[in-house]
Amino acid sequence: MSAPVSPRVLRALLPPLSLAALLIAIFWLQPRTMSYFGLNLLLNLAVPIALATIAQMFILCVNELDLSIGAFVSLVACITATWLHDAPLLGVLALAGLVAAYAGLGALIHLRNLPSIVVTLGMSFVWLGLAVLVLPTPGGAAPDYIRSLMTLKPPIVPFPIIASVVLALAVHVLLMRSAWGTVLRGAGGNPQALARAGWSILRIKMTMFALAGFFGVLSGMALVGLTTSADANIALRYTLLSIAGVILGGGEFVGGRVSPIGAVIGAVTLALAGSFLSFLRLNPDWQIGAQGAILILVLALRVLISRGEVRR
Amino acid sequence: MADDATPVVRLDGVEKSFGAVHALTGVTLALAPGQCLGLVGHNGAGKSTLMNVLSGNLAPDAGRIEVGGTDLTRGYAPHVALAHGVRCVYQEGSLCPNLTVAENARISHKAISGPGWRRRARALIGGRLDEIFPGHGISSDDIVGDLSIARRQMVEIARAFAETDTPARVVILDEPTSSLDSVAAGKLLAHVRRHVEGGGACVLISHLLGEILDTADRIAVMRDGGVVALDAATAFDRGKLVAAMGSVAEAAPRETAQTAAIRDHAPVVVEASPPGPDSLALTAHRGEVVGLAGLSGQGQTELLVQIFDHRPGTVVDGEVAMVAGDRQSDGVFPLWSIAENIAIGSLRQFLSGPLLDHGRARAFAEEWRGRIGIRTPDIGNPILSLSGGNQQKALFARALGSTAAIIAMDDPMRGVDVGTKQEVYAMIRAETAKGRTFLWYTTEMDELVHCDHVYVFREGAIVADLARAEMTEERVLHASFREDA
Amino acid sequence: MTATLNLLKQPWVWAWVGALGVWGATAAFTGGQGAGEVLRAALTFGAFYVIVALGQMFVVTLGPGNVDLSIPACMTLAGTVAMKTMAGAAAMIPVGLLIALGIGLVVGTVNYALIRLLRIPPIIATLSSSFIYQSAAIWWNRGLRVKPPAALADFTTAKIAGVPVIALCVAVLAVAGHVLLTRTLYGRGVVAIGQNPRAAHLAGVGVERIRAATYILSATLAGLCGYLLAGFSGGAALNMGEEYLLSSIAVVVIGGTSVAGGFANVPGLWGAALFLFLLVTMLNTFGAGAGVRMVLTGLIIIGVIVAASGTRRRT
Repeated sequence: MSAPVSPRVLRALLPPLSLAALLIAIFWLQPRTMSYFGLNLLLNLAVPIALATIAQMFILCVNELDLSIGAFVSLVACITATWLHDAPLLGVLALAGLVAAYAGLGALIHLRNLPSIVVTLGMSFVWLGLAVLVLPTPGGAAPDYIRSLMTLKPPIVPFPIIASVVLALAVHVLLMRSAWGTVLRGAGGNPQALARAGWSILRIKMTMFALAGFFGVLSGMALVGLTTSADANIALRYTLLSIAGVILGGGEFVGGRVSPIGAVIGAVTLALAGSFLSFLRLNPDWQIGAQGAILILVLALRVLISRGEVRR
Repeated sequence: MADDATPVVRLDGVEKSFGAVHALTGVTLALAPGQCLGLVGHNGAGKSTLMNVLSGNLAPDAGRIEVGGTDLTRGYAPHVALAHGVRCVYQEGSLCPNLTVAENARISHKAISGPGWRRRARALIGGRLDEIFPGHGISSDDIVGDLSIARRQMVEIARAFAETDTPARVVILDEPTSSLDSVAAGKLLAHVRRHVEGGGACVLISHLLGEILDTADRIAVMRDGGVVALDAATAFDRGKLVAAMGSVAEAAPRETAQTAAIRDHAPVVVEASPPGPDSLALTAHRGEVVGLAGLSGQGQTELLVQIFDHRPGTVVDGEVAMVAGDRQSDGVFPLWSIAENIAIGSLRQFLSGPLLDHGRARAFAEEWRGRIGIRTPDIGNPILSLSGGNQQKALFARALGSTAAIIAMDDPMRGVDVGTKQEVYAMIRAETAKGRTFLWYTTEMDELVHCDHVYVFREGAIVADLARAEMTEERVLHASFREDA
Repeated sequence: MTATLNLLKQPWVWAWVGALGVWGATAAFTGGQGAGEVLRAALTFGAFYVIVALGQMFVVTLGPGNVDLSIPACMTLAGTVAMKTMAGAAAMIPVGLLIALGIGLVVGTVNYALIRLLRIPPIIATLSSSFIYQSAAIWWNRGLRVKPPAALADFTTAKIAGVPVIALCVAVLAVAGHVLLTRTLYGRGVVAIGQNPRAAHLAGVGVERIRAATYILSATLAGLCGYLLAGFSGGAALNMGEEYLLSSIAVVVIGGTSVAGGFANVPGLWGAALFLFLLVTMLNTFGAGAGVRMVLTGLIIIGVIVAASGTRRRT
């Protein structure tokens, strides 16, 4: 490793650098965003997206994929805006039940050796259907404590930034630094080795899915705290956003190679990309297209950097 | 004799079947402290199954397992085995490639947890590596996926010998030297001796009979799922072991004079140089067996792939077929039958118009089963129903059955039994007579005598070019380690 | 006896059993009334599913991470451009078809180029590029809904002896797909790559050529489906491909193709396509609301997969 900056380091730097480049472009286009309130406004919706991305990351870490997280967050949002607001005990029980359901899904996928893509695809219908049953028409109200938390105005640094940093660091310590997290990640790298070392892959899968469910619940609650009401389709796009966020953040589809800090950065970058495009005054027809182009560009950069990465 | 002490492990009448296959047919074995037991036998003799039973990965159908004098048969599982000090180094590797060396140590040592675990894991694995493989060049913060296969094997071995709250009472090593070069292998075997002299116990499984004879105190020979011979190592020699395993006689290498003649008269079919600095070029003539030697992972595989791909800058006159050495990652199609795995290399031969004729493909595979002696009742069985050696034969059949004039072999004999090897050597000889050329990367010194010409690799370059007449073990080793520029 | 057992071991059987069961339940509920009509509708809509699922099947079989998420956008783009070009003129029908297929060809080539040159995981490559195709469709369409030529609309709704013509055509297409999968170098190559791409390369399979062909095939079939669907439903709508994202994957997997790659089958596609359509019809007949319908659809899809998992070859 004689090169001054190894490709590994460069690759790790790519997510924060692309976020920085995007921020600079936004500040340049719209200087008014470079303020406490501007940033608050820009980054508000990044918090629930980041939480959903972290949820997806736990699933990707054990070589699975969750195509239902968007529908799940929508369901949580509907429950939060109705039951949790009107009958807190019922709401809490329902949300705890959802986390348990996620753990159960992990067990089912592992025990029957099922493809997670298809199981979660099926679950996306289930979550969406339940959301429609809980809240047939858009509405509901956010519980006050969630509302006040999400609209907190701490001094100097806007709340979304604090929340993102705390989230990234907390999950980083949990998954990347702790001895427990090491075992969880190991299950993504070589499950057979874990089993041979006496660990239960079933328990690890259930733990990872439960963690995903837990962060999915947080995502839905945070979302309702911002929007104050919910509907059954509120977060459907989170499925694709969360996958893209993990990948943008340097995560990979197989092998347990993920990064919580990268995932949060990836999520924030995606959330900002939308604002950036509207500041560009792009023909609205091409807005989604440009979002796709940005995604391709960042990934292309990553590949260029990785090209130098050689096995020792 | 060590036999008087309470055995650390005792197996009593252990049986295990997979469907109709009786992998173990009542194995009784005892392992005393301070003893290294050598375990030899052909592929499919039951060594790996026995090891998996011992480490708790497979539950036996019948029989008893005692560790340290306690009957643990009921509920025996990997964590029970580990808690009683039974450690295992698996042939195919059991490290998580996405974790660092230290983190991998944590995976198999549950006692390493809580604050400061990372520091303790580093000290534990680093210390063992230094002890067993001085000068290993591995940092405990390296990601395992970035390490060469030899270094991964070193980490795996060091991890098995490392001790936290439970001692390493029995360390089982399954072909531990298969991906190590001879220097590292020597260090490992020396450590095994130190370990048993300190009162530990080892089970050493290896196809290299010399290794077993030099290192083990006692040797058990397995055949068809049972132990057919068990005695002190001094009671055996190479011939007796081979006889007990039931092997065929060794084929004689080609005469030296003959090999020089090929080099002088036959046309050149391959000319290639590895990208390493100041490398010599490799040349292969029609009908030659060209050896690619050196320590493992010095660029031999890469050069074979370069030739296989006909990359620019390489002269390759003819089609190339590859025999993979790393069966799981480079060779086998796990969902397919044996027949399909053989036929994939020659599909074009079975085309009638644009469509494939499956009947002809099947007949072709059937023919090769006979020619190369794949032991299976039905060629339509899944490839994974075969033992490792027989899977390897299917891969040979795939390459030899193709129309390719040049066969590139990527250390294909890793973990293959002696009998199979002899059959393949003879087949290679026969094929060269028909004008086929072989490029043969091997890490086993014994195999180089079958080559007409040997190129020694070091750090991605060819550093020596040895004709058969000048080739000796010393010269190959010398070139492998030469330190001048 | 053994023949029956062997039949039950076929991975596609479950999809057909499911389709028959659901159809039977619907017919039983209505006392047999309209059962034929339901079946005809299922054959028509199932045909559209099968067209895209055929392409998706080859893609999925390439191995983990290989999914074509651009199918809906490609359908929409091909449908819009073809309808606008034809502008309802019968003489332009072949031109429209060529345009739709050509768009598929270009989309597939772009997808593969992204995957190959930028080494982006296919799922992300096709997802990102689909945004661009979708934008292109919006931009081209400008909110207009151009009617298809009458002859094209007639073709997509025509019946021979009560059987939809389009279903017959797609049945022939499926047979061609089956032969392509099992009896050609290409098909064997796809299955080999799905099991072990490195081994496939070293066994002499042209991995990259086959991958390219597969993504192009998938997009071209999506283009064809967009063209026919626009003809069937009276013009191209911007959301016309939406439901085909999830259903193309669901049809492939319920049909018994391995999501882990390396194992595929065509007969299951038809069974799964009919099953999916008939399932929704059944729930509608039972008077279930949208929420209940979705929950049950999801649970039944999972149930089918759990039931089939016992008989499927494990990876």
